[in-house]
Amino acid sequence: MSKPKLAIYWAASCGGCDIAILDIEGKILDVAAAFDLALWPCAADFKKKDVEAMPEQSIDLCLFNGGIRSSENLEMAKLLRSRSKVLVAFGSCAQEGGIPGLANLFTHDELFARAYRDTPSTDNAGAVLPLLSSKVPEGELELPAIEPMLKTLDQVVDVDYYVPGCPPQPTQIWAVMETIIQGKPLPPKGSVVGAGDKTCCEECPRTREEKKIRHFRRPFEFFPEPTQCLLDQGIVCMGPATRSGCGGLCVAVGVPCRGCYGPPAGVRDQSAKMVSALASVIDSQDPDEIDAIIAEIADPVGTFNRFSLASSMFKRAGS
Amino acid sequence: MKTITIDPITRLEGHGKIDIFLTDEGDVAQTYLQIPELRGFEKFCEGRPVEELPRIMTRICGVCPEAHHMASAKATDAVYHVDPPPAAKKLRELLYSAFFAGDHTTHFYALGGPDFVVGPTAPAAERNILGVIAKVGLEAGKRVIQQRAGAQEVVKILGGKAIHPVTSVPGGVTKGLTEQERQRIETLAKQFVEFAQFTLDVFDKIVLGNKEYVDLILGDVYNHKLYSMGTVDAQGKVNFYEGTIRVVDQVGKEFLAFQAKDYLQHLAEHVEPWSYLKFPFLKKVGWKGLVDGPDSGIYRATPLSRLNASSGMATPKAQAAYERMYATLGGKPVHATLATHWARVIESMYAAERTLELATDPEITSTDIRRMPTETPTEGVGCVEAPRGTLYHHYETDEKGMVRKVNLIVGTTNNHAAIALSVRTAAQKLIHKGVEATDGILNMVEMAFRAYDPCFGCATHALGQMPLEVRIRDAAGTVVQVFRQ
Repeated sequence: MSKPKLAIYWAASCGGCDIAILDIEGKILDVAAAFDLALWPCAADFKKKDVEAMPEQSIDLCLFNGGIRSSENLEMAKLLRSRSKVLVAFGSCAQEGGIPGLANLFTHDELFARAYRDTPSTDNAGAVLPLLSSKVPEGELELPAIEPMLKTLDQVVDVDYYVPGCPPQPTQIWAVMETIIQGKPLPPKGSVVGAGDKTCCEECPRTREEKKIRHFRRPFEFFPEPTQCLLDQGIVCMGPATRSGCGGLCVAVGVPCRGCYGPPAGVRDQSAKMVSALASVIDSQDPDEIDAIIAEIADPVGTFNRFSLASSMFKRAGS
Repeated sequence: MKTITIDPITRLEGHGKIDIFLTDEGDVAQTYLQIPELRGFEKFCEGRPVEELPRIMTRICGVCPEAHHMASAKATDAVYHVDPPPAAKKLRELLYSAFFAGDHTTHFYALGGPDFVVGPTAPAAERNILGVIAKVGLEAGKRVIQQRAGAQEVVKILGGKAIHPVTSVPGGVTKGLTEQERQRIETLAKQFVEFAQFTLDVFDKIVLGNKEYVDLILGDVYNHKLYSMGTVDAQGKVNFYEGTIRVVDQVGKEFLAFQAKDYLQHLAEHVEPWSYLKFPFLKKVGWKGLVDGPDSGIYRATPLSRLNASSGMATPKAQAAYERMYATLGGKPVHATLATHWARVIESMYAAERTLELATDPEITSTDIRRMPTETPTEGVGCVEAPRGTLYHHYETDEKGMVRKVNLIVGTTNNHAAIALSVRTAAQKLIHKGVEATDGILNMVEMAFRAYDPCFGCATHALGQMPLEVRIRDAAGTVVQVFRQ
């Protein structure tokens, strides 16, 4: 009997998801034994045309990481959807846009102007910008289009499962792989797998008191007490609005959670969840004072939506 | 005009495509290396609190997040005018040295090495890590996996996460080292040194022991006389974490020596409409197009250029290997692009020895690891040697430390023009009238960029990785042959 086929692909991502898969170390041999590889650009020599030549639904499992930033990313997402039985949005970027989704705060023209015209090291008196098609003496050269907004995978194709994390932790990746290798029943379509169903706070090694916050402070403004909840100490920590699953790695080494495991079970919008969590812990009844305390939060959108802006209910005006 | 297109090119990090245009006679008229991605980090970091940037910039690249974390943290130190305590700098450098030892190993065995260990024109299906393991033995393959795992473990101990570390903040680090953790790192560091020696021996036996390879390295297919850039310490030795940026000319004479904060006086970037990636050059010489020699501002920032720009290595085993390389290749500087592979394994020895030095430094378990910023934030540049070249992060903030402007020159970007030049020359020398552009020949064209270990994802702050493609077009511009791997 032939082995099930596995495809791993990267779109607008950093490559960290692929490295995380390698970080399951020796178990990668078990994965190699259980599957036939159909595509994995960072590690194997399969071509796009090989995938195009496959019948529909001939790939049993496709782990797709990265958001959809370019016309090329979109084309690959559609191709892999049609060829895959099970398509997984793997990692923060595919699931919710990830950090590159913060680009949705700006327009396409603003991104280009900064990169190719306004940066101080750029020497571009002719105001040249990259073009989809350019004439050179020998012929014509083409570039894929950078789309106006970064999209999540499920905004462009149907997705079966989500594996959160930036990157997903190797133990979680292995847990998912093992389920499939052992042929255990799969959860309902649309489920988040490879993560917990509580919040990051449940995994945090720090001690929580009843929260009464009178001031928000930035992480570099003081030495936080090493065993106490960071939010209790006035540092904005995304723990209450973030799904469990990483094991509390950042908070354990003294830095606040930034929400890479996405919203907890049952929550549609991570930033809305965070706003409601903070609203209940500000220690004041005076509206002016409350406003002043809230104003101490530096960059709410870039913090509450650090990884989830592209999937948020909040959209750029005009989009 | 007939065109050969390699799309996607492979065994590198990131996207890229090479177009080779042929004359009617079948010689190479021109080549273009195109980089098709942009993510816009320089724009979307505006408005973020600057202390968050060491945690945001890591997402430029999941292969070398450590480099971006360090350069970014150093830029935030500079923005806040705060100098971290000595132990904090050592902890950062310890993390960074272990990372280097792992990263260079991955390149040698999985990306660049297969061309030598398995052979430049070996069947495509064997030119990969498995082919390397088949050649050097399963035991050695296991050691490669162990070495990578060990490096990731050190990064996790010190950085909190093995991928995208989080502990470097303005003024220092948030996590120190316990004695138990220190001992573990010392044990691993000893293994790194043994492994680096093993790798140097593999290089010696398989590459230097083969006259064909030595001729290939020294021949004119892969050779360009360019300026060499690298960071050196006060003694002129290679340093990855900090020092003076030194540029030497085509005969090895010092051409520039500057501090990272002054980079804009010395470097500028040229834009072409057919690529999303810019072309840096030395301002003092100027952009003269894709040509080599002293009148062209094109430079390299690679393991080889770092060695060229230095007076040696700061650790004994690496220094011995350094001397041997220059003695074998006819003295300094070396311009043979493929010798970059040798320089990389010499650097992996330095990284291993430096990891061990720092792991046994009496100050490394100090608890004085963080200084609170007290001054008003303004502007700052942070710079490290990334595995793939000198990495500059430049931030400007308002008085509250909210980011106003960001500029980045990333490791691979430095080498964009040199890579384009190397690919063109290799294509011109290898593809002629009457010579069929076989997979093996085209792989030898790809070897010209692979020596740089390019990360085009990093370079475009873009990653959306699809390996490169080569297309061959006829005189009418029609694509007649496409190679992807």
